[in-house]
Amino acid sequence: MSQALTTAHSVVAPSVLSKRIAGAIVILYALVSMIPLAWILMTGFKTPPDSIAYPPKIVFAPSLEGYCNLFTTRTRQTQEYIQSLGPPQTICDEITRKRDMVIAGPSNYVPRFWNSLVIAFGSTFCAVSLGVLSAYAFSRFRIPLADDLLFFILSTRMMPPIAVAIPIYLMYRKLGLSDTALGMILLYTAVNVSLAVWLLKGFIDEIPREYEEAAMIDGYTRLHAFFKVVLPQAATGIAATAIFCLIFAWNEYAFAVLLTSGEAQTAPPFIPTIIGEGGMDWPAVGAGTTLFLVPLLVFTVLLRKHLLRGITFGAVRK
Amino acid sequence: MAEIRVENLHKSFGDFTAVKGESFTIADGSFFCLLGPSGCGKTTTLRMIAGLELPTSGRILLGGEDVAFKRASERDIAFVFQLFALYPHMNVRRNIGFPLLCQSVPAREIKARVEETARLLRIDHLLDKPVSGLAGGDRQRVALGRAIVRRPLAFLMDEPLGTLDTEFRDLMCEELRLLHERIKATTVYVTHDQLEAMSMADRIAIMNNGRVEQLGSPQEIYDRPATIFVADFVGSPAMNLIPVTGRLGKGAARLEVAGAGIAIPEMREDAPGEELVLGARPEHIRFDDASDYRGEVFGTEYLGTMQIVTVKVAQGRVKVKVPASLRVESGEQVGLAFLGDRLSLFDKDTGRALRSALHDGATHG
Repeated sequence: MSQALTTAHSVVAPSVLSKRIAGAIVILYALVSMIPLAWILMTGFKTPPDSIAYPPKIVFAPSLEGYCNLFTTRTRQTQEYIQSLGPPQTICDEITRKRDMVIAGPSNYVPRFWNSLVIAFGSTFCAVSLGVLSAYAFSRFRIPLADDLLFFILSTRMMPPIAVAIPIYLMYRKLGLSDTALGMILLYTAVNVSLAVWLLKGFIDEIPREYEEAAMIDGYTRLHAFFKVVLPQAATGIAATAIFCLIFAWNEYAFAVLLTSGEAQTAPPFIPTIIGEGGMDWPAVGAGTTLFLVPLLVFTVLLRKHLLRGITFGAVRK
Repeated sequence: MAEIRVENLHKSFGDFTAVKGESFTIADGSFFCLLGPSGCGKTTTLRMIAGLELPTSGRILLGGEDVAFKRASERDIAFVFQLFALYPHMNVRRNIGFPLLCQSVPAREIKARVEETARLLRIDHLLDKPVSGLAGGDRQRVALGRAIVRRPLAFLMDEPLGTLDTEFRDLMCEELRLLHERIKATTVYVTHDQLEAMSMADRIAIMNNGRVEQLGSPQEIYDRPATIFVADFVGSPAMNLIPVTGRLGKGAARLEVAGAGIAIPEMREDAPGEELVLGARPEHIRFDDASDYRGEVFGTEYLGTMQIVTVKVAQGRVKVKVPASLRVESGEQVGLAFLGDRLSLFDKDTGRALRSALHDGATHG
């Protein structure tokens, strides 16, 4: 309950020099980690010839061709046909016609992206909801064999999930869950729920029981007290857990390749299949990947305050 | 407001029995303390009255209604926790109003009652502050406010002053007592601090190992401890407990300790055995050179107007409380005289106090 500042590290205040060195290392590390991201971003704005140029081009004339190709399908046409069309309607029309092609229709990127959103957020919601309920139970009640159960829950994460890919594939085919959003949500929920239970149990253990007990004495049922008192207190932990679950579900590739091919295909297996003229359409892949990063980035930025406090939980007493 | 009756209350956690069949009645409007060392079952008892634990067996009557197995929310009681349990995501106003919100009281009435309560506790200027920035005493007041605002049948408090600084604690002790005088609510207060219990309670139950050792007013407990445990637990310094041997029958008024004759209150029952314990408060002993009961001064503790002198005697050490003006030297040989009408005598086997003239006119707890 003390208001005093506590530090988990050294009791000696860091000197100016050591702060600068630490800062420099952090910035350097951040730059190094950002190189692949920057590369993807740049590739998205290159023209196809620039994207495969050797030595790689750092300075180039930006083009929206990658983004146009990402969202459209195109057909090659004769010069005469193209000239017989009216003036180009959009910037994409113009870019496409320079390559002797016309836009035939929208690509599958938007529906695949939508699938990703539904499946990732859906499974995150399910995993965190189930996780917070079971974590509360493990934290508050005397459950027979609680420790063994917790270990058992964690043990599902001890093998790579893909190890069970074949049984799940066969099971899903029998159950009609192959290539459905529901199937993918169930699968990602199952994988994430163990992580969610473990993370959230730690957070809920930190919340004094007195809060709920006070609410129960004040006239709430346990469930009511859970929603009104425990959940707001656990917001930090829930946010941190949700981000971890979301990152997994959003980026998952192996199961997505195996179990989705059409209707429910998510963006990760779709993006690498964007093939352009004469091989991979790298600018379109770069553009697709860049846009694919956005939801996760927004989600993380929105919750970053909670996330920072959440990841260091246990280190600082409230 | 209501009377609380506890009948044959038992509570076991697996193999461990926390509360072993206790029964007592808390009068309507009284301030009742459960006092005892940690692990004696006092908090468990309180939590059973609150409904936070279910008893293994027994009855709890709240205003005549058996609530032992009812939910906490169905008993009209308020609980003040040691750690206050203020909701950090709400400000003072919402914390105090929370119990009313639970009972779906209209917003306008909540506002009025919260403000009235805040005025009573002198925290009306803090109403819109977050609880995280409050000082310990103010947090305590908010916690009390949350209890008072409901106007419950009874208040239950679990060491509410335990985490406060000493100076705050004295202040809050006084405030709590004054508050009790004003609202006259039945209050059950759990503490391990005998000073808190002695200064606030109308009646105290001293608990040890899941049993009530003695139930009585602070003065009864201090003057006529019912067991050796109570004699040792209450009082600072504790009662001197001097082992004695001898057969004492009904009507006896003297006993011999190390060859010295000591007057005691006249016995009203036969001592069951020969192994006895003589209990004497430090202030009931004085120096008397004529006494045959002698010892050597071991050390003194100065307390302002009084001093505690530790005297080494044949049976161990005896603490004597005498005026600070009395000059005492370490190593000095002194004689000790006892105030014959204030001594207690216990049976060593059972730890029970033997009835004597000391208990005349008093009900024996």
